[in-house]
Amino acid sequence: MLWLLHGAAGIAAAIVLLILLFLAVEAWPILRHIPLLHFFTDASWHPGEGMYNLTPMLSGTLYAAAGALLLAVPLGVASSLFVLYYASPGLANGYLRLVELLAGIPSVVYGFWGLTTLVPLINQIHAPGASLLAGILILTLMILPTVALTAHAALLAVPHEYIRGAVALGMSQWGIIRGVALPAAKAGIVAGVTLATGRAVGETMAVLMVTGNVVQHAHSPFDPVRTLAANIALEMPYAMSDHRAALFLSGLLLMMLVMILWGLPAWPRKDIHG
Amino acid sequence: MSIRSSIGMIQFVTLILTLAFAWHPRGNAASEKLVLTGASTIAPLASEIGRRFELQHSGTRIDVQSGGSSRGINDVRNGTAAIGMVSRGLKPEEKDLHAHLLAWDGVGIILHASNPVAALSQQQIRDIYTGKIINWKMVGGKDAAVTVVNKADGRSTLELFLNYLKLKNSEIKPHVIIGDNSQGIKTVAGNANAIGYVSIGAAEYETKHGLPIKLLPLDGIEATVTNVRNGTFPLSRPLNLITREPSNSLARKFIEFAGSAQVHDLVEAQYFVPAWVR
Repeated sequence: MLWLLHGAAGIAAAIVLLILLFLAVEAWPILRHIPLLHFFTDASWHPGEGMYNLTPMLSGTLYAAAGALLLAVPLGVASSLFVLYYASPGLANGYLRLVELLAGIPSVVYGFWGLTTLVPLINQIHAPGASLLAGILILTLMILPTVALTAHAALLAVPHEYIRGAVALGMSQWGIIRGVALPAAKAGIVAGVTLATGRAVGETMAVLMVTGNVVQHAHSPFDPVRTLAANIALEMPYAMSDHRAALFLSGLLLMMLVMILWGLPAWPRKDIHG
Repeated sequence: MSIRSSIGMIQFVTLILTLAFAWHPRGNAASEKLVLTGASTIAPLASEIGRRFELQHSGTRIDVQSGGSSRGINDVRNGTAAIGMVSRGLKPEEKDLHAHLLAWDGVGIILHASNPVAALSQQQIRDIYTGKIINWKMVGGKDAAVTVVNKADGRSTLELFLNYLKLKNSEIKPHVIIGDNSQGIKTVAGNANAIGYVSIGAAEYETKHGLPIKLLPLDGIEATVTNVRNGTFPLSRPLNLITREPSNSLARKFIEFAGSAQVHDLVEAQYFVPAWVR
């Protein structure tokens, strides 16, 4: 029976390695005659004229993901705390169902809603509307349920003895949450945030529809940007030879980024069981 | 769960999956599939023609995807699609492909319906797109910043636009880059100070369905399907279905059908000019 489990795990790991290998092989042709540095120092991203600067899109991806995390993590954790410790059972149940529903909405529906409602709204504050801010707001909506639900599961898993002990010591509600429940659930919450980061960095369709897709560094949240994933979706259908290889390279870069972000929480681990 | 019941579960699931994949209704098993990819301008018309074709030839399935004219060319070359949709004439380096004229269309500048500007000269359009004119009041409109909407690389509408204005893509300073015609139309409809350019057929279709956009005349000629029909509109372009010889029989039948009189009402319903008129 053990071989079945080993086999399944092996297949999953092999798939990831094969994908990495495939990306590297497809990106190789352009690396042969354009040094890697050019992908960060060229004047702009204009494949038709042989320029392949990836940094504006990299910064667009990072800004959008960071902004979304900044908004979604506090809101998500606060939602789960509300559901577990402050809401009445009926309200908690209803709220939880709503958050689960939010998690189930397809990305393209978010993008469509963003394009027809959110973008014109932002346009009234500051043109053009299709901007980094729109991307951040849409991504926040998409990763909020992930953070909320994993935080909820992590907080539920906090041993009841801890809570009872804290109550017996006479701690206040917020004191218990801040001093006992949250530290104990930290690993689970961080796992949820990591999942959310992966999604925020890789989200394509919704971001493509609302961020404006102009390749530039954003100087304000109202500037349009293009993310790496959206770039691949826009240009892959017709890219040929060098251009295509450059897109695979940006895909590889995206994958490296996600791997680094996933590795970060695990890095300072001294004692897993706190 | 014990190991025995796990194995039983796995066997059961495998059986269900095998049945699901092996058994399919009669109709599906006999269906021939035809894939068309390419210009977002032609995609809605191709879908309508495809639907009518499926009604007349039972057991066929016509699959239409957009993605831009360059995608159409690419896919036909590498065999991913049997027919490509290209909303321009073929270039000299594309002589390995065959073009079948489907209809005629034009490229028109669109503004929001509430924008008081009624016409723009070529030089004004050039200046707006290269970032020299940044406020509508500089061309007689409201005091508001212009939002420039440009098409993504690989779209023939972009190439034709650049060609006509004698610009390079790197000279354009866009605020929003869009892919399909419909995305461009929705962007301009949602932004009172936006300017964009799309297929005239697509724009007229949306205007008749109540979307708040309007087409601007180009060089004094109104951007209407009538003017594309009588050849006076300066930026008109052929809508082509391209194939690579030898093409399969289903593709040939479809192209014949698409060029026949049976689909003229569909072509005109999309505000394009049927091929035989010009």
